[in-house]
Amino acid sequence: MNPLTLLGGLGRAVLTLLAAFGRVTLFALDSLSHILRPPYYPREIAMALLNIGWLSLPVVGLTAIFTGGALALQIYAGGARFNAEAVVPQIVAIGMVRELGPVLVGLMIAARVTSSIAAEIATMKVTEQIDALVTLSTHPMKYLTAPRVLAALITVPILVGIGDIIGIMGGYTVATQNLGFNPAAYLQNTVNFLEARDIVSSLVKGAAFGLIAAIMGCYYGMNSGRGAQGVGRATKGSVEAAAVLILAANFVLTGVFFSL
Amino acid sequence: MIRMENVKKSFDDNHVLQGMNLEIPKGTSMVIIGGSGTGKSVALKCILGLIKPDSGMIYVDGKDASKGDRDAFLARFGMLFQGAALFDSLPVWQNVAFRLLRGSLKRPTEEAREIAIEKLRRVGLKSNVADRFPSELSGGMQKRVGLARAIAAEPEIIFFDEPTTGLDPIMSGVINDLIREIVTEMGATAMTITHDMTSVRAIADNVAMLHDGVIQWTGPVGQMDASGDPYLEQFISGSAEGPIEAVR
Repeated sequence: MNPLTLLGGLGRAVLTLLAAFGRVTLFALDSLSHILRPPYYPREIAMALLNIGWLSLPVVGLTAIFTGGALALQIYAGGARFNAEAVVPQIVAIGMVRELGPVLVGLMIAARVTSSIAAEIATMKVTEQIDALVTLSTHPMKYLTAPRVLAALITVPILVGIGDIIGIMGGYTVATQNLGFNPAAYLQNTVNFLEARDIVSSLVKGAAFGLIAAIMGCYYGMNSGRGAQGVGRATKGSVEAAAVLILAANFVLTGVFFSL
Repeated sequence: MIRMENVKKSFDDNHVLQGMNLEIPKGTSMVIIGGSGTGKSVALKCILGLIKPDSGMIYVDGKDASKGDRDAFLARFGMLFQGAALFDSLPVWQNVAFRLLRGSLKRPTEEAREIAIEKLRRVGLKSNVADRFPSELSGGMQKRVGLARAIAAEPEIIFFDEPTTGLDPIMSGVINDLIREIVTEMGATAMTITHDMTSVRAIADNVAMLHDGVIQWTGPVGQMDASGDPYLEQFISGSAEGPIEAVR
């Protein structure tokens, strides 16, 4: 293949990627600005808090408890190879709080919330409900996007905190019931080992992942194509983009917190 | 009065409006007819600002529609969408009173609900429909709720996008009669888009035919049948033979 053709193709791909990044960034800034400016829609905010926060609790809790339990088993089995079985409480705590809690909650939110937001808004677009909002003097960004982004910013860090606790309790249950750990000593080791910055990093990641999840759902929904296929593409695209961005943001944020 | 001057709008290489000129005098009912994909809905959305024209001017009561306070501008309009475009997550009465529950026209909840129920009655729906959700209603009932929403804030200008599409002839007749009655009763300026010639005769004071991105013919509904315009004659007769290509 001609190297110039290859370079041209690569250049076009980079430009497309940068343009998409620019559009999403502008959309995110616009969404955040609408959170700060009236009018506010309390009912929409309450519904979003309920849908994104409260109704995500079961899936977050189940994901965390099984992951914490599996983590305890893995660390115990791995640690046994060099006589370090006793580190289970510490590694489960740090693994859940710093990494697995935020990432798994973020990914579950991407699966549950991003897809739902994208599908709902895309359907509203296809059925002219977004146009109807405009004709009724209601800004779609204010009415649809701002409440969802605000609710995700508030609730996802809380969900991450709850996921961290449930994950640690999953590890605790497996360790004390199956692996012979002393319950009081396990909890003492967990509490002693965790530092404030571990918890802060977990919650900051939660806020960042919540923002990504809500923004991607709204962005893809608002920019969906026509018909059922358009809704399907928007939903699929939003979840893919949110999941990849959450993992990328996790890498960046972990690097930032390590450097502090 | 609404006036469109040389309005053009393209989507990539699809030149939908190619210099549309139209005047709708205040308090009259204008019906725009034309084949599918000729840009009728695009014209309507250009007036409302939902789509930005590539060029040309749109005036409402002599003022440039693209300038000034957008909320105040939109508060003058009501619109019935083709598929009713009701908000699935809200009960019927909140759909109807949407504008009265928020923004500059906000009223106390009880008052807004009463107005919504009165408007529902006006379009022939009983008060027990008020607390149902749009998905629980038939197509005809949804259209009537959409109509109630369009008139809830008593707008000066009402747009109807394909008001009878997908309805049986009896329900179409009911909707046509309602539109005519409401427009006359409110003294509103109305603009309707339709393919349905029965609707045209029931609703229109004036008719405009849009073809190839321009107004091909316009005049009072009474002169429509004797227009002598071959495009309009073919459209009225529904014939496959004539200047309008049957395969587009």
